[in-house]
Amino acid sequence: MFDALTPAETDALLLSLKIAAVSVLASLPFGFALAWLFARTRFPGKSLLDAIVHLPLVLPPVVIGYALLLGFGRRGPLGQWLEETFGLVFAFRWTGAALACAIMSLPLMVRAIRQSLEAIDPRLDSAASTLGASRLWALATVTLPLSLPGIVTGSLLAFARSLGEFGATITFVSNIPGETQTLPLAIYSFTQVPGGDAQALRLCILSVLLSLAALLVSEFLVRRANRNVVGHAA
Amino acid sequence: MRLEVDVDKRLGAFRLRSAFTADGATTALFGRSGSGKSTLLNLVAGLLTPERGRIAIGETVLFDSQRGVNIPAHRRRIGYVFQEGRLLPHLSVRQNLVYGRFFTPAKDRYADFDQVVALLDLPQLLARRPHSLSGGEKQRVAIGRALLASPRILLMDEPLASLDAGRRGEILYYIERMRDEFKIPVVYVSHSIEEVVRLADTLVLVSDGTVAAAGPLREIMGRIELRRMIGRYEGGAVIEARVLGQDLATGLARLGFSGGELLAPDVDALVGEPVRIRVRARDVSIALERPARISILNCIRGRIIEMGNESGASVDVRLDMNGTILIARITRHSATSLGLAPGLEAWALVKAISIDRHSVGFA
Repeated sequence: MFDALTPAETDALLLSLKIAAVSVLASLPFGFALAWLFARTRFPGKSLLDAIVHLPLVLPPVVIGYALLLGFGRRGPLGQWLEETFGLVFAFRWTGAALACAIMSLPLMVRAIRQSLEAIDPRLDSAASTLGASRLWALATVTLPLSLPGIVTGSLLAFARSLGEFGATITFVSNIPGETQTLPLAIYSFTQVPGGDAQALRLCILSVLLSLAALLVSEFLVRRANRNVVGHAA
Repeated sequence: MRLEVDVDKRLGAFRLRSAFTADGATTALFGRSGSGKSTLLNLVAGLLTPERGRIAIGETVLFDSQRGVNIPAHRRRIGYVFQEGRLLPHLSVRQNLVYGRFFTPAKDRYADFDQVVALLDLPQLLARRPHSLSGGEKQRVAIGRALLASPRILLMDEPLASLDAGRRGEILYYIERMRDEFKIPVVYVSHSIEEVVRLADTLVLVSDGTVAAAGPLREIMGRIELRRMIGRYEGGAVIEARVLGQDLATGLARLGFSGGELLAPDVDALVGEPVRIRVRARDVSIALERPARISILNCIRGRIIEMGNESGASVDVRLDMNGTILIARITRHSATSLGLAPGLEAWALVKAISIDRHSVGFA
């Protein structure tokens, strides 16, 4: 499958996929929790939190990247604490790239999940509770399966967004081949060296195909999930 | 099992302050929409929490503000059939049915899957999904689902409200079957006096968040001062009777009760079976002597015990037929010209035709 690609291209591709996958998986619980808070609860400061979650959509990515560098760099307060407590290092590692992707794609994920949560009749939860289901059980057996289309869409949107993340990543974890050089970063590098145009174009085409595939798979999965819930092919 | 409710609850501008006890097999909470009936059910089920009060089923205290008891809804083991069914849309009928059963401790399970499925005629629906069911089918599944969680008591919030007239009778029939087979206490919320008379033996009249009256159905229905709440058109007395005979030639059933005999068409009951007949007050006339050569089949002798004092052109007259109360609504004009007064002997005339299928219940 990778015959058509050079080893460097394969590295960048696999790294991109790994970073995007890890970023989606790691941010999914947070994304769902936030979406649930927005869809089902009222609390002071809700609008503010909503705005903060949406900031990455409107801020220049470089601002997010720099903020991450300040906060999660080895000297940053959170970075230091995470390294001391869990041995988790973000600065100039692929994990940092995943973190940057997670932050940048969080608003897309939260929006998609929130929409599907808002479409669920909250009274189903009270029906479940009269049948003996605790809140947690109701969440697991009613809310979660019914919001599956949103979770799938949100995850794949976030995945596609992560594949394309550039600004925050390069600012936060730099452009290290084999460690943090994802596809967009590799394309950028090729455009910076003389004679790299052809290489850059190859990777551009690869990026387009990848993102297209992610969106098509998302569409397909959502249709299937909807069919299971509503019972007709949407 | 005895249900005791005494609660205070404020919902926005609405203030609910109600206390009642339900001893019977089927208790009806009856009142206009917005009177607080559904709120009461939600408080009993634990979906709402009262500000103050006490809720208990038998020996089990579900809520007691003084002792700080508040069992969460999912541990109350109270079945709830909602107005709109509320089936879980992502599960099949079978999965919906066993959903509650899964959470019920094995020692508390009394409802058998096959028995419930057979009782409610569900076998051919098991593989279907809720969205493909008709309104009546949804409610049958909702009843089965609640039952299969083996609840201590079953709450029903206007389960017929979203159905057309044809389906209503069908679901009522299933509710009766369920009540008789499982002997489970039912609290039934309704604003239809027909349903109440057919199902309930205890009646709780709810009005503006308070309990206006509570007691045996027959007693409450026979009280003139409560008539405004039951509705001028539908109000009337309830007679407990037993089928003495069915005349196939005339299509009339002979019903015996304390005051004598009553003929009525369309009574779908076997000889010997107890039935409950609602006789609307506006279908009862009064004569001071037994009329002859008259088409009205039921002439029952009784004594006037009370005259209503409402203003307007009509007046409600309460008659005692040897222990059974009957109410007649007649014009004030007739009452005055006949000189009706408490203590007077009179004949109550009831057209057999006025007792229709909808006014007969099975006790």
